Amino acid sequence: MIQLIVLLPLLAAAIAGLGNKALGKLPAKIVTTGALFASCAMSWPIFISFLTGHAEPFVAPLFTWIQTGSFDAQWALRVDTMTAVMLVVITSVSSLVHLYSWGYMDEEPDQPRFFAYLSLFTFAMLMLVTANNLLQMFFGWEGVGLASYLLIGFWFRKPSANAAAIKAFVVNRVGDLGFMMGIFGTYLVFNTISIPEILAAAPAMAGSTIGFLGYRFDTMTVLCLLLFIGAMGKSAQLGLHTWLPDAMEGPTPVSALIHAATMVTAGVFMVCRLSPMFETSETALTVVTYVGAATCLFAATVGTVQTDIKRVIAYSTCSQLGYMFFAAGVGAYGAAMFHLFTHAFFKALLFLGAGSVIHAMHHEQDMRYYGALRKEIPITFWTMTLGTLAITGVGLPLVGVGFAGFYSKDGILEAAYASGGVGIGAYFVGVFAALLTSFYSWRLVFLTFFGKPRWAASEHIQHAVHGHHEGADEEGDGHGHDAHAHAHDDHGHHGQEQTGTAGYHPHESPWVMLTPLVVLSLGAVFAGFLFHDQFIGSEGGIEFWKNALAFDSHLMHAAHEVPTWVKFGPFTVMLTGLVIAWLSYIKFTDWPKRFVATFGALYQFLLNKWYFDELYHFLFVKPAFAIGRFFWKFGDVGFIDRFGPNGLAALVVQGNKITRRLQSGYLYTYALVMLIGLAAAATWAMTR
Amino acid sequence: MDGFPILSLMMAVPMAGAIACLFAGANSARWIALIATLVDLVLGIALWANFDQGGLQWQFQEYHPIFGRFAWALGIDGIALMLIALTVFLMPICIGASWQAIQKRVGEYMAAFLFMEVLMIGVFTAQDLYLFYIMFEAGLIPMYLIIGIWGGADRIYASYKFFLYTLLGSVLMLIAMMWMVHEAGTTEIPALMTYNFDPHVQTWLFLAFFASFAVKMPMWPVHTWLPDAHVQAPTAGSVILAGVLLKMGGYGFIRFSLPMFPEASAQLAPLVWGLSMVAVVYTSLVALVQSDMKKLIAYSSVAHMAIVTVGLFAFNQAGIEGAMMVMLGHGLVSGALFLCVGVIYDRLHTREINRYGGLSINMPKYAVLFMLFTMASVGLPGTSNFVGEFLSLMGIYQASSWVALVCTTGIILGAAYMLYLYRRICYGEQKNADAAAMPDLSVREVALLAPIAAAVLWMGVYPESFLAPMRADIRALEARLAPAAPAGDSKIKMGAPKQPSEGHHEEASAHGEAH
Repeated sequence: MIQLIVLLPLLAAAIAGLGNKALGKLPAKIVTTGALFASCAMSWPIFISFLTGHAEPFVAPLFTWIQTGSFDAQWALRVDTMTAVMLVVITSVSSLVHLYSWGYMDEEPDQPRFFAYLSLFTFAMLMLVTANNLLQMFFGWEGVGLASYLLIGFWFRKPSANAAAIKAFVVNRVGDLGFMMGIFGTYLVFNTISIPEILAAAPAMAGSTIGFLGYRFDTMTVLCLLLFIGAMGKSAQLGLHTWLPDAMEGPTPVSALIHAATMVTAGVFMVCRLSPMFETSETALTVVTYVGAATCLFAATVGTVQTDIKRVIAYSTCSQLGYMFFAAGVGAYGAAMFHLFTHAFFKALLFLGAGSVIHAMHHEQDMRYYGALRKEIPITFWTMTLGTLAITGVGLPLVGVGFAGFYSKDGILEAAYASGGVGIGAYFVGVFAALLTSFYSWRLVFLTFFGKPRWAASEHIQHAVHGHHEGADEEGDGHGHDAHAHAHDDHGHHGQEQTGTAGYHPHESPWVMLTPLVVLSLGAVFAGFLFHDQFIGSEGGIEFWKNALAFDSHLMHAAHEVPTWVKFGPFTVMLTGLVIAWLSYIKFTDWPKRFVATFGALYQFLLNKWYFDELYHFLFVKPAFAIGRFFWKFGDVGFIDRFGPNGLAALVVQGNKITRRLQSGYLYTYALVMLIGLAAAATWAMTR
Repeated sequence: MDGFPILSLMMAVPMAGAIACLFAGANSARWIALIATLVDLVLGIALWANFDQGGLQWQFQEYHPIFGRFAWALGIDGIALMLIALTVFLMPICIGASWQAIQKRVGEYMAAFLFMEVLMIGVFTAQDLYLFYIMFEAGLIPMYLIIGIWGGADRIYASYKFFLYTLLGSVLMLIAMMWMVHEAGTTEIPALMTYNFDPHVQTWLFLAFFASFAVKMPMWPVHTWLPDAHVQAPTAGSVILAGVLLKMGGYGFIRFSLPMFPEASAQLAPLVWGLSMVAVVYTSLVALVQSDMKKLIAYSSVAHMAIVTVGLFAFNQAGIEGAMMVMLGHGLVSGALFLCVGVIYDRLHTREINRYGGLSINMPKYAVLFMLFTMASVGLPGTSNFVGEFLSLMGIYQASSWVALVCTTGIILGAAYMLYLYRRICYGEQKNADAAAMPDLSVREVALLAPIAAAVLWMGVYPESFLAPMRADIRALEARLAPAAPAGDSKIKMGAPKQPSEGHHEEASAHGEAH
């Protein structure tokens, strides 16, 4: 069963990818989508059996991978509660995204390749979550990285897509450096890389010290932090987050699947999977909390000023991942996994909704050229609104009824407060970020669906109206789109003045795209209400998780008992954010402009994403090329070759001149040479 | 197979082929070479099939005295078996790659290649010190000719540089060998591998061998011959150079330096680590700025070989097995990458990266295979190189976390330069009309690349096939090295109370080891 769930997507990817053009579009789509729905259908029973407490964890071994001495990495599929949760998240979102792509990628000539990549990604992600040892987790980890690279760069003619793809891969590799070092260290300390064995042995190692890079540190702190660097890379945490916004160059279904619902949560999954390890190091957990909270805040601030609809959601993802991490940092792993679970549904919904908007608006991604779309594409509007209600955490605190995000996000905030210490700080940061979340989420909805149409200023719409779109469409969905977007940025202010429809009629997406939206919005509405007791309930959690992670029942209990104002905090800021967004983008539409005029520097700082890209370019990219050129020109050519082989050659030429002079015909020079030679030979004979 | 001289036969077949090629016409020479190498491949498979994994260390031994101590002594262990398998696997591919690319003096060219195969198998099977030396050094000659006669525009300079570098080291090695035979009273390699030389002398012997192996490897800073040799060599020459010739250095370390001079190896390990650390960072950065495809891959080879040396000098089983796996994986992958370069070089006759672009559009099959080999070169799990790199780095981590950290940065830099290369060749718009008009892979080219692709994935998913034959030999080597092996810098200390004063002492010693 589990073998089929994991291997069907691989098989489908191989058929669609290798068959490619010879196979044709439709068979490729049927094979991949069918395989995913089959996997999904087999995954839900597993999840439900864990939910009802009828299932026991098990490991299905496949075959040996790498074995050397005591190092033993097997290919094996582990199924426990955490895996079951991830299985349904991955296969559900993936199958819906496959289906959605039938519509979204309809004009794309290269569909078999696209669907093959999607299925390949799903396979790698499933390998990651079913890993029973760190190395197989790393296999999945790199496999999803590869799929992400291929899918971000799917439109490989586009320079910006290629750059984004390489950036994603290389930045992730920085994290992987930490992950690999973490595996090396873990093996050194525990003499095994089997996850259950490590987790069992971890508590005994608490308090021990280890030499690392010439200094001595607490063993578990070193190991956890190294592994956490890997998690930071994959989950786009502050410092290693720069690839995620650029990853939006990929087709929108990819963003929904990989860069919102599944791959980017791999870091959270890893920390939760290894939670008994992290529990042994207070320092590591504190770092996780700080990084999570900082990312949560940072990404939310940047999200408030972005104008590209996908980038807003990308920063939102980054910020929500921050929530998950600080939940893990304060010891509320159940809450972290719960938010991962609900977030997968509502964030995939928001991305796919955004895709539907982009589809309707003829590839325009800039929200400044949207407006008044709620009547044109009503189903997209309503489902996205449900998604927004879920992400902003709408619900009634004391009654305890609300959308998915209400249960999971408030659960995290309350647990953070209840844990005390750094957790209280994280609570306040999280509440402030929730204010920003509410603001930017509603801003997105208001800019897109309300107000007057501002479509006339969009070049994409102009193209569509003036009939150029036939040619543009054949190129595929987004080719060359980014260039247009940048062109807009230059004269953005002029653009905003122009309103009107320019005679364009947006059309609602086909049913293959709307069905996933509707299904996901069911998740966004009900996932929290249905499952909160199992994921974060103080008693239900123990039975549900069954030691799959370090579930802290006391913390969960304390989280329910926090003061009322703590519970009302998120609720209040959620409303405040909504009101500010409403005032700024519906009531007084000149407010944003006045804000920019007053706080120009702050606006620029946020718009430029705190200048991380510029800083990294200056610190790493430029020096790498400059130093490389220096080593090549001055090291290899200018030094080694000059004084090495070329120098020797010159010496030989010089030597020839000397020997020519030696061959003078005079007997005494020959005698001298002979004497020297004889002496040398004798010396060698005597000393040997 | 008892008593059947299969190793001699494996050398006799290409030798006979080489002689036949010299007197044959162009087309028949091609066929003779192909058949000879395929026969050798079949013999190689038979050799592997009959190799007893749990059996004696040395198998298929042959011994025929020639004069004095000098003897035709052959025999293999699992390590040699794997390298022979690599050689016989790559040879038919090299012949296939030269099928159309070589048009002048085909007979001599094929003869040079077959002679090369004889010598490579000879290096890996020789059990007599002098026999090894002859095979090892004679290998220079056909390669020198291949570069010098069938190479690119600047071939004379490249072949001269290649010859000069490699010969320089070998002179010192010969002197060391003479001393060793004199001291130990035997020329048999298995006997020498267990002979305990005086630790003081070991240092000098080690350095003499090091001069030769470091050049062959090549290690920084004696690597500059490699980019030039690759650039000027014909495609098949590059394949065999990167695929097998570079492995002779690593084989030398594993067969001579480590088991024969364990104390000196341990003592000089920091030197090897230091050079390897420099190599990983330095050559990776240099690879990043190359505009010539072959140079880029050549520099990446230097970086990969540095992972081999750190793995070998980790003095533990994981490190040495990893080093062997990197050698095998790199042999396949860099060979395949040079073939990929050759494919488009044959079409456009330039190695300039910027002359290409957008090849995914007109050459999709090529793009897929090139992507696979790029990812394998980057060390993606599931491909051959990952297994080796991971084990090597894990091995060295046990010895020094600093070296492990610096060498692991290779995975970041490797990704940067390989993906940057791939992007410029296969992605983007078709900016050059002539590159855009190139046809996709022919059946012959697919037949060359597909077997390597299969081997790369096999080695990545089930490396056990390759690790198992070497396991006993490497365990024996680890045991031989164990008394001398340097202690790691990790030194786990149990218990809650921390002792800062003691920690400082160890900090100093650990720091010293790393440099």
